[in-house]
Amino acid sequence: MQGLEMLSNPTFFVIQLLNSISMGMNYFIIAAGLSLIFGVLRVINFSHGAFFMFGAYTCYTVSEAWGFGFWPGVIAAGIFLAAISVFLERTLFRFLYDKEHLMQLLLTFAIVLIMGDVAKVLWGTDQYSVSYPAALTGAWNLGVTYYPSYRLVLCGIGPVILLGVWYFTERTRWGRLTKAATQDREMLAALGINVPVIYTSVFLIGSALAGIGGALAAPTNSPVPGMDVFIIVECFVIVIIGGLGSLWGSFLGALIFGVVYNFGSVIFPNGQDVFAYLLLLVVLLIRPWGLFGKPEQA
Amino acid sequence: MLACLIVLIALVALPMSGDLHAMDVTVEIMILALFALSLNTLIGYSGNVSFGHAAYFAIGGYTNAILLTTYHVPLLIAMPVAILFAMVASMFVAWFCTRLTDIYFAMLTLAFSMLVWAILFKWREMTNGDDGFVGIAMPAFLDDRVPLYYFTLAVVTASIGLLWLICHSAFGKVLVAVRENRTRAGFVGVDTRRMRWTAFVIAGTFGGIAGSLYALFKSGMYVENAFWTQSAQALIMTLLGGMYSFFGPAIGAATLHLLEILTNRYTEYWPTVLGGILLVILLFLPDGMVGLAQKIQSRFSRNGGAN
Repeated sequence: MQGLEMLSNPTFFVIQLLNSISMGMNYFIIAAGLSLIFGVLRVINFSHGAFFMFGAYTCYTVSEAWGFGFWPGVIAAGIFLAAISVFLERTLFRFLYDKEHLMQLLLTFAIVLIMGDVAKVLWGTDQYSVSYPAALTGAWNLGVTYYPSYRLVLCGIGPVILLGVWYFTERTRWGRLTKAATQDREMLAALGINVPVIYTSVFLIGSALAGIGGALAAPTNSPVPGMDVFIIVECFVIVIIGGLGSLWGSFLGALIFGVVYNFGSVIFPNGQDVFAYLLLLVVLLIRPWGLFGKPEQA
Repeated sequence: MLACLIVLIALVALPMSGDLHAMDVTVEIMILALFALSLNTLIGYSGNVSFGHAAYFAIGGYTNAILLTTYHVPLLIAMPVAILFAMVASMFVAWFCTRLTDIYFAMLTLAFSMLVWAILFKWREMTNGDDGFVGIAMPAFLDDRVPLYYFTLAVVTASIGLLWLICHSAFGKVLVAVRENRTRAGFVGVDTRRMRWTAFVIAGTFGGIAGSLYALFKSGMYVENAFWTQSAQALIMTLLGGMYSFFGPAIGAATLHLLEILTNRYTEYWPTVLGGILLVILLFLPDGMVGLAQKIQSRFSRNGGAN
């Protein structure tokens, strides 16, 4: 195997490892939103991929077309997607919380279809390129090798978001209320808590993460039509490996996904997609509810 | 029953009109109808939402196409083998998936179908990857539109007939019991997991039949046929027609396909139209067109009784 020989070179190995982590962290940001929404609202959100795509396009428009720079583009993507998600939650999703899963799945698919066309109207079918933020165009010397600074920063943003989401869900009143809403919605409402507002807020934060994740991915994956339907299944793989609804699970799942994808493509070029799904099957064979998930109630 | 007979006679008579375009449209509708009906064995009758049904369609289609073209196997062997492949694949997948229920079941079927998609996409030497497997070596007796039309009609009619028998047998009734209350069905001694497994295999096998016909009709297969959005399309057909009636999904398939052709004449934004239709069904017509028809019928008959 030519790939295995290449991996015995430490510099090459470190580069692949960093590629895996930076890719994993970017995916984690998106998957964390998906997992958060599932954990509280119990909705499998296919439109999360469309939110990701909108985030990437918004970042392009704000940073390149309007010339405000990259970081304002990322923030704008988060805010824009938060706004879209609140609108969708208020007008559509809230009618389906009590319905069957099939109905919810298909509702989110309807949004995928419509948002895909809206993106074509707004941004056309061209592939756009988004340049790296000015301060992060170069590479940093890590001793063994030089590595693109933007990707290193991505490796750092992932854990920051992990801690942020962890803090909000585990250490704040809002977090406790979201947990209570998963357990017994009626009781919570009877205690005088405005449950719909909690749901909206969870949906808003999850979708903003998709938008931010899309914006952060824009320099490495150029925004292009159709990117939404690919990212969403990859994120599903991550959250199922980690366990649906588990934050730490998505983090670990994203890292594993990054490693399997990058190292897999070195050892078997072109086989990376097959590997991702095979990995999922192996995990599900051993732990059907994912690494950090809990067995479902019968 | 009478309606079925009328539809069948109309289908047999259609080629006499000599309208080739109408024939092509009808062939595609028949295949899609079989595909949607096969999915409904799993959803409507046993209550398991599969989000990866396109996998069996693609396995049936690709196997048929590759055997016919690459290996020059005659159709009478190639097509049964293709269906067998779809069946074996669904047996394997069903074993994993029936360990789980609801959302987890749906996600796992989705993951398996994407694995099939990834293999078809990456196995270039065999499947020609994302260029699609085009130009099937058609058997001589199907090398024209009229024979192909009748061949499709015969296979689809026989398959739907078989499905009807299965769904209306004692087995079908037990499936409904499992759908309505899995725990209770278990208490009366039904092996629910095995029932769901069997329903899955039936759905996958008939999905494979639809796929192998599709390969003949299109004279090719494409990786998109295995992508998860294709599985979602089949779900929409099922839901639009009405998943708690046997023929509902077939009506849904016909309606959706005709609407797509009509829409594409005026605008390129068919996905938006489809999304809009889906929203209307989800919010206002949860039982689909068949459910709507029944509601209207019962309202009229109630009025009739009052007068």
